[in-house]
Amino acid sequence: MESLTTLFEQYGSQIPVAFWMNIKLTVLAAIGSFVLGVVLALFRISPVASLRAVGTAYVHLVRNTPLTIIMLIGVLAVWGQLKITFADDFTLNFFIFAVISLSLYHAAFMCEAIRSGVNTVPQGQAEAARAIGLGFLPAARLVILPQALRGAITPIGNTLIALTKNTTVAAAASVAEASVLMKTMIEFRPDVMVAIFMTFAVGFCLIVIPIGLLTTWASDRLAVAR
Amino acid sequence: MARKKFLSLTAVAAAAALSLSACSPSATESSEESSSADGSKKGGSGESLTIGIKFDQPGLGFREGSNDPTGFDVEVARFVAKEMGVDEADITWVQTPSANRENALENGEVDMIFATYSITDERKERVAFAGPYFVAGQDLLVRADEEEITGPDSLDGKNLCSVTGSTSAQKIKDEYSQGVNLVEQGGYAECVTYLESGQVDAVTTDDIILAGLAGTEANKGKFKVVGDPFSVERYGVGLNKDNDTCQQINDAIQKMKDEGAWEEALKSNTEGTGYEADDELNSGADAEFESCD
Amino acid sequence: MSARSVLFDAPGPKARRNVLIVNVVALIGVAIVAWIVLGMLNERGQLEPSRWISAVNGNAWSNYYLPGLQFTLQSAAIAVVTSVLFGLVFGFLRLAPYAPIRAVSGVVVEFFRAVPVLLMMVFFYQVFAMLGRAGVIPSADGPYFAVIVGLTLYNGAVIAELVRSGVKSLPKGQREAAAAIGMTPNQSLRLVEVPQALVAMLPSLLSQFVVILKDSALGYLIGFYELLQYARQLGSGQGNILQTLVVAAVVFIVINVLLTWLATLLSTKLSSKTAGRTKPRAGSSAVKV
Repeated sequence: MESLTTLFEQYGSQIPVAFWMNIKLTVLAAIGSFVLGVVLALFRISPVASLRAVGTAYVHLVRNTPLTIIMLIGVLAVWGQLKITFADDFTLNFFIFAVISLSLYHAAFMCEAIRSGVNTVPQGQAEAARAIGLGFLPAARLVILPQALRGAITPIGNTLIALTKNTTVAAAASVAEASVLMKTMIEFRPDVMVAIFMTFAVGFCLIVIPIGLLTTWASDRLAVAR
Repeated sequence: MARKKFLSLTAVAAAAALSLSACSPSATESSEESSSADGSKKGGSGESLTIGIKFDQPGLGFREGSNDPTGFDVEVARFVAKEMGVDEADITWVQTPSANRENALENGEVDMIFATYSITDERKERVAFAGPYFVAGQDLLVRADEEEITGPDSLDGKNLCSVTGSTSAQKIKDEYSQGVNLVEQGGYAECVTYLESGQVDAVTTDDIILAGLAGTEANKGKFKVVGDPFSVERYGVGLNKDNDTCQQINDAIQKMKDEGAWEEALKSNTEGTGYEADDELNSGADAEFESCD
Repeated sequence: MSARSVLFDAPGPKARRNVLIVNVVALIGVAIVAWIVLGMLNERGQLEPSRWISAVNGNAWSNYYLPGLQFTLQSAAIAVVTSVLFGLVFGFLRLAPYAPIRAVSGVVVEFFRAVPVLLMMVFFYQVFAMLGRAGVIPSADGPYFAVIVGLTLYNGAVIAELVRSGVKSLPKGQREAAAAIGMTPNQSLRLVEVPQALVAMLPSLLSQFVVILKDSALGYLIGFYELLQYARQLGSGQGNILQTLVVAAVVFIVINVLLTWLATLLSTKLSSKTAGRTKPRAGSSAVKV
């Protein structure tokens, strides 16, 4: 026990910092992927064939690519070769790269989540929207999407949970988050690795399980009564 | 019906998985071992060695495809093996990444390791060392036309690349240039691509590793090693604690140095990089052999 | 378009012309961006044929990509089998008639679903490193086993949940019919409900295989010699790591796309063999997609 105390004295203060990094990645990438996801979903139900094709191709391509590869290509090619730099400070720069990679990856899943929500909207709603003279965008904005989003809360919540866990992959983009710290701590003190692992695992449970509960609560509460 | 089908499917899959697990990463390596063991019988000497090296460190330990490995570590290992009466054909080369080296020695999976393996007190608690056969020092690799960077204390405001989990970059930040911008990558090859494109200004690790990277076909003439080593890394031959070969290896290394083969191997593996092994390090007290007790 | 959406009219001649103009403009825009990107890559010598040829020649395939792919597929295949076993066991336990068993297995399943796979891999990497030190397993296999165990625990938990929800989503009539012919609840579960849930699950299982295959790439971060790691190694020596990783990425994507396609095909084929749902309900919705 004594050895544990010294370990946590040394690293204890870094654990919240590392988790804070995961939370920041989660929140920013959640916003990014949601916005892009809505746009892609609109693409996929739009009247324009080429937009539908772009949306479909994006979703199929990205869903079948490992996130590790997206992170690596982002850093190796986009930063390393195309020299696209977001900040002079490396820490901030790679953080932004990680947020963008996470957003691009999860946008495909957000799009599919929203699309499954669109499937829950009865055809009559669209017919009614058309009947009062709404065009595609107004109908989507005022009638379809508000109902679709409420119907899509569960799959969106699942995507958020996956996103939270996937923030650990930001380690591939040189971002110092929880998994990197856990690795350092275990290498430093392999004798107490189970305790270290449980600390981090429970940390993730504390973030992920409330998201799940919130999703269930919200989907029950916001469900469109039919 | 469906259930039976599914169960039989699962059974087939399980059987397939079991047969697949027979060819785990280590099994692939030991199959090479057995083939070379056959070779040793034909050779008639009866002696064979399994030597751990790096496969991905150009100039030191590198294996392209199924070719014979190349590099300075490998050449020293070959010389030592020959002195121990083992033909080249009877050597089995095994990849030992940094994290695996102590384990592989303790388990007896390899007889000796030549893999940029610095002698440290911490490691000596678990394994034994012969040598050192080379004394390296931490240094910087920069673009060939670089003028400003002359050593670890000239890196303020510069971008520096190193490998995840290595302490070398942190050391520069802590002891020499606080204002350095650090990026950590999975390997030095990534760092070199950034150095080439200009996204980082320097790469840091042991000088001879840097020279090896700079000396590859693709990188020739593009980079130079600064040549101002600021640490001492004594590369030893990793051995199991119960070895009886330590003295033999030391004698072989001494002979290699005396005969000039050592110098030659070093030269041929760092050709065209302007790199010269630090004389001070390699003839001074740091180059004294470990005692074999 | 056969499945026409009611959300919009079929575009008329004017709309079609506008769309065409926008498409052409967009295509030109994309082409310009692509040209600039290629130009930048070319400037840095990344498009030099030699760099690409050595990334796709016979040596690269036979000594790097194929051995790497073997370990990627092998670890994924083993993880599929072990996670199905894990999932079946815990799926059954979660449906067990005893509340304590349900509760404990529920906690186990939820725990492994909540912990990031990478975290588990990093942890088990160290566990197997210890076992390697003790001589239980060859030390070189540590990352390989760590990947398999990490994938198994996470995906097994997901499959356990699939089994449970699959059984729950079967029409009530199935259980009632089983009871009517005198089956005990246990028999009904074993002989009627779970088998149907499993058939209904097969497409999900196949798409879970894609997830497993994708997640096996995380092994790259703990030093498992799989496809990406082999590609890295090839590129390290030849100074074309970018090119080799691109090739590895393409291989990954092609395999995953094929598997996804197979999963879709299977779900259509199997829907007649079960009362459970093999794919999301299409129903009559606002937009057919």
